[in-house]
Amino acid sequence: MKYSKLWPALFITALLPMAAMAAEDENIWNKVLKAEFFAGQAIAESDQVIELEAPVRAEDPSLVPVKVSSKIKQTPEQYIKKILVLVDNNPYPYVGEFEFSPDSGKADIAMRIRVNSNSWIRAIAQMNDGTLTMTKKFVKASGGCSAPSGANSEEAMARLGKMKFKLDGEVKAGEPALVQLMISHPNITGMQMDQVTRFVKKSHFVKQVKVSFNDKPILTAKTDIAISSDPNFRFYFVPEKAGELKAEVSDTSCETPTKRDVCTKGETYTETFKIQP
Amino acid sequence: MRVLLLFALFMVSGQTPATTLPVKEVTTGVYVHFGKHQFPDSKNHGEIANLGFIVGQKCVAVIDSGGNPDQGLALKQAVTETTRTPICYVINTHVHPDHIYGNSAFKAAGVNFVGHHKLAAAMAARGSYYLGKAAEQLEVKLSAADLIAPDIEVKDSLKLDLGGRILTLTAHPSAHTDNDLSVYDEKTQTLWLSDLLFTEHVPTLDGSLKGWLGEIDKLEKRSFRYVIPGHGELVTDWPQSMQAQKHYLTLLLTEIRAAIKQGRHLEDAVQSVGYSEKNNWALFDEYHRKNVTTAFAELEWED
Repeated sequence: MKYSKLWPALFITALLPMAAMAAEDENIWNKVLKAEFFAGQAIAESDQVIELEAPVRAEDPSLVPVKVSSKIKQTPEQYIKKILVLVDNNPYPYVGEFEFSPDSGKADIAMRIRVNSNSWIRAIAQMNDGTLTMTKKFVKASGGCSAPSGANSEEAMARLGKMKFKLDGEVKAGEPALVQLMISHPNITGMQMDQVTRFVKKSHFVKQVKVSFNDKPILTAKTDIAISSDPNFRFYFVPEKAGELKAEVSDTSCETPTKRDVCTKGETYTETFKIQP
Repeated sequence: MRVLLLFALFMVSGQTPATTLPVKEVTTGVYVHFGKHQFPDSKNHGEIANLGFIVGQKCVAVIDSGGNPDQGLALKQAVTETTRTPICYVINTHVHPDHIYGNSAFKAAGVNFVGHHKLAAAMAARGSYYLGKAAEQLEVKLSAADLIAPDIEVKDSLKLDLGGRILTLTAHPSAHTDNDLSVYDEKTQTLWLSDLLFTEHVPTLDGSLKGWLGEIDKLEKRSFRYVIPGHGELVTDWPQSMQAQKHYLTLLLTEIRAAIKQGRHLEDAVQSVGYSEKNNWALFDEYHRKNVTTAFAELEWED
């Protein structure tokens, strides 16, 4: 998936006559995004492989909870390798790509995203054999990308890079366990006004999340500015025995909000968590 | 023939007379317009908040200017029909549209805009979002010139003398928003709390839940003759009429903390937290879930 080449797609998007675009139509997907990410490939649309849960109307456009649930178990013979999430009408539609393996147990991923205007949210799953399946939900929202990050930004900056692993319920050896990874990070979009200087703040966001258990990757994600402030992910892993969960998170800063050609190397934050099933 | 005469008179007068905002003198020299509990839309054009003014011997202080430029003009008309004393101050209690969109009606030599030291930044941060929303949601024409930042910023507290009448302004730490300002009139022991207090209308959280509860705790210990909420009727039994709000916000705090401890997630909390309060508040369905969302994101980082 060539996410780094998204900007020409956006340039084309800007040229599409506004009158032709109602929020519910799928012109941006059909004319731009599909070709950009899946040129020439067949994509089946169904809820049988993955299903998307999202609110019909966002309570807070900068904090929209979205969950991708997988309908199949991850086995070495058949597993979901990657899930791409897009928000058609966002200024930068690419939300992120989430990579799984048979060790993930289930290829579920829950996150919180920013939705800038009424839009289709899409999740496309790629199987280990290359098959593609897409599911989508329409969400009503506006202003998610320019909404100022919470009123407690000083508190948030003080704990920048801090991470927490939270386990949901009991952990049983050999069974998929649900884990929540919380990352303290403002995830600045590059489209928000700085509260103090009154200039637009340059983007500063989490671009990569690598989670492993006993050094085996269970979730590897590339993420972007559509992930809400204080990124929060929920996913599965299968602990065969006692061990350690490790998260390595990297961030970056880019010159313009919708281009990824000029970005600086940021920091990497690490957090570990011991598991005793 | 009479119709023609009236028509001619109307044409000669040159313009449609401005409407006057109805205000009530709740106590000596304190005038309040009580807004209706409605969701801001293209029918009410954002005219929903409590607004008003306080009259001194030398000056009038307007407190919140309205939900659109026309309401600002109507409020100004109410002032001029009440007193000849000039307006010296327009105090904005916080950044929300229903309290600041009438500012441009008051812009004049000798008028100072007053606000919390974080108000200007909040206006700038929300500016483009607000301008778009005003057109789309309220059908109100607003431009950048209508978003007037304060020229007098309150850091902790500030006294304004209206001429034999001292107003004490307090800049609060993050509560309803991160730029809340309250106004105390010593003469009548009136506290204009604005959106730090909601009665009847569900409280809306756009700042800090813990901060708001902290301010409530402090204010509860003091006594006031009259308290003016941002939405709701005049309060004369402080702190009684504030208890419903305290209960609602405390419920959010305890239920969300419990949900987080039980490992429940944001989406679940939004569906289950606080519904016992549903019938106690106007506009509960419109605002409650956003309150839970904002409070959850604040509380989940507690150790």
